[in-house]
Amino acid sequence: MTYFLQQSLNALQLGSIYALIALGYTMVYGILTMINFAHGDLFMVGAFITFMAAVYLGLPFVPTLLVSMVVVALLGVLIERVAYRPLRNAPRVSAVITALGIGLFLENFTLVFYPYPQHIPTLIENTTWNIGGVSISSLQIIIILLSIGLMIALDLIVRKTMVGMAMRAISWDKAIIPLMGVPLNLIVSATFALGTGLGAAAGTMYALAFPVIDPYMGILIGWKAFISAVVGGIGNIRGAMIGGFILGAVEIMVAAFMPSTYRDFVAFALLLVLLIFRPYGILGKPRPQKV
Amino acid sequence: MKKGTLLFGVLIIASMLLAACGGGAQANVIKVGVIAELTGDIPAVGASCKNAAELAVKEINDAGGIDIGGTKYTVELFVEDNAGKADQSASAASKLITQQNVVAIIGPNASRYAIPASEIAESSKVVLISPWSTNPKTTLKGDTTDPKQYVFRAAFIDPFQGRVVAKFALDNLGAKNAAVLYDVASDYNKGIAEFFKATFEENGGTVVAFETYTTGDKDFSAQLTKIKDTAPDVIFLPNYYSEVPLQIQQAHRLGIDVPFLGSDSWGSSELITLCGTDCEGFYFSTHYAADAATPVATKFIESYKTTYGVTPDDVAALTYDSFGLLWDALQAAGKVDRESVRTGMSMITNYEGVTGNMAFESGSGDPVKSAVILQVTGDKFVWFANAAP
Repeated sequence: MTYFLQQSLNALQLGSIYALIALGYTMVYGILTMINFAHGDLFMVGAFITFMAAVYLGLPFVPTLLVSMVVVALLGVLIERVAYRPLRNAPRVSAVITALGIGLFLENFTLVFYPYPQHIPTLIENTTWNIGGVSISSLQIIIILLSIGLMIALDLIVRKTMVGMAMRAISWDKAIIPLMGVPLNLIVSATFALGTGLGAAAGTMYALAFPVIDPYMGILIGWKAFISAVVGGIGNIRGAMIGGFILGAVEIMVAAFMPSTYRDFVAFALLLVLLIFRPYGILGKPRPQKV
Repeated sequence: MKKGTLLFGVLIIASMLLAACGGGAQANVIKVGVIAELTGDIPAVGASCKNAAELAVKEINDAGGIDIGGTKYTVELFVEDNAGKADQSASAASKLITQQNVVAIIGPNASRYAIPASEIAESSKVVLISPWSTNPKTTLKGDTTDPKQYVFRAAFIDPFQGRVVAKFALDNLGAKNAAVLYDVASDYNKGIAEFFKATFEENGGTVVAFETYTTGDKDFSAQLTKIKDTAPDVIFLPNYYSEVPLQIQQAHRLGIDVPFLGSDSWGSSELITLCGTDCEGFYFSTHYAADAATPVATKFIESYKTTYGVTPDDVAALTYDSFGLLWDALQAAGKVDRESVRTGMSMITNYEGVTGNMAFESGSGDPVKSAVILQVTGDKFVWFANAAP
């Protein structure tokens, strides 16, 4: 039982990171029906900004987190303005290729400055408690609570504010809504800022939990977060959160109760089966093709 | 557009002519290729390899060249980056062989890159010496036990290393139950983990957990929780220096408090930078100890320190030895061509290198040599024990 509880805690930590990154994919898709494949690399940039803020500026945890979120949010807005906006009415595949290109650019740009893996200093004094045989670290608690807090905040922004209402409206219809006075470009920028900002927060927390960072760290985790978004129903914000926690749980539990070599194979086979029965994801709905 | 194509064509022809001229004019030059992991996941390995290669070549050229069969030759070095990828290692080998026309290749270092590159070298009949690759497959033909004819290495092989670490765990640490966590997607880690398991169990120990992950993973919590549940006396992590710190830190966070053991992939000073104090007191097997060196090694360590300002790690020492083997082979053969390098290599019966004495026996590309066990102490690796072949 303690073994199961310990593994559940591990799953919750991994799942909350996946969920935070998955949100960035799903928000951009929801509003532009485009997959921002550079998102995993923006997560990586978030981890490196964390490194810079902590090492060169000597900032403590909360300012580091804020710096990382703000810088990466601005970078996300800039990328949208420079690279994606000119292609907004181009075929979708052009935008996807551009996104892959941006991702490669970010990786190699970081590689020029940091060819070696870097070590993140300790920002949160880590204490480990042992409760009935289950080891709980303060870092784990912070990551899980902060992720859930950020997700609740995002949910409130999207459902209760004017910006959120505009986002939902634009995701409903990109052609008609701007005619009613909703500033399309501004709302798209806000979406990118929110999505990439959350990705950066995930980057910061990931860097604290696994304090060795390198320019390629965003690739694998970016793919997994993208899969989480698809499983949850891409375009659906709550779906992305659920998808992230499901993928985290499946990965950890397969490794926990089967030979760990089977982990990815069993995890992705399960997700495939899920998509056969729910092709639009858990909370996704089919989008009728408008003519 | 047409003009551009024409210009391009002229440039290609001009460069081909230049290359052809170059080949004829530089009669007294030995061209040697290096394939190193300069970028990718283990760049510290590539950097050490390149540094040591440049040092070895500089020493020869500063002395006015190397004397082979009565003629002085200078050495020209071509360094290729394999970007930490198997396919780029193979294409770098092809490039060095067909375009740069090298007589021999040193590198790549990690087994997962050395194996594909060695296939190209073998089929092109060019000698390849991998400094750091320890997987047996590097010098074997396909899935057979026949040795490749043109592939050599300066390092010992994994069965030997796995045996050394397993014996050390049993005899020196008195361990009965061991756990292993390794990267199943990498030839090196997988090979050494299996050899460790075999030896440990043959000698009366039990491997209670044999867990895997894949390259790029950062979260090992599921596997480590499982390992914790089996209560091992010692945990063996035959993984690269960039991953080991994460594994040990996460283990400590889960409340695992047993000694960790490693293999020669730990032996980069980066390990201590990334690990902080988490790796303190743990042991790993490797090729040489900088603090218990022979006169040959001391000379190399001194000149490396003067040139680069750091103590050479095992990759640097093995790269330097690979070049030493190459010079010996060329001198033994007395001629500079690809086939003579091969003949010369098989004639080396005792080479006194930085990483100990080596001999190549019975047509095999694997040297017979010994290993050392080092302990992480403060910010240094300190000699702990010797292990004979």
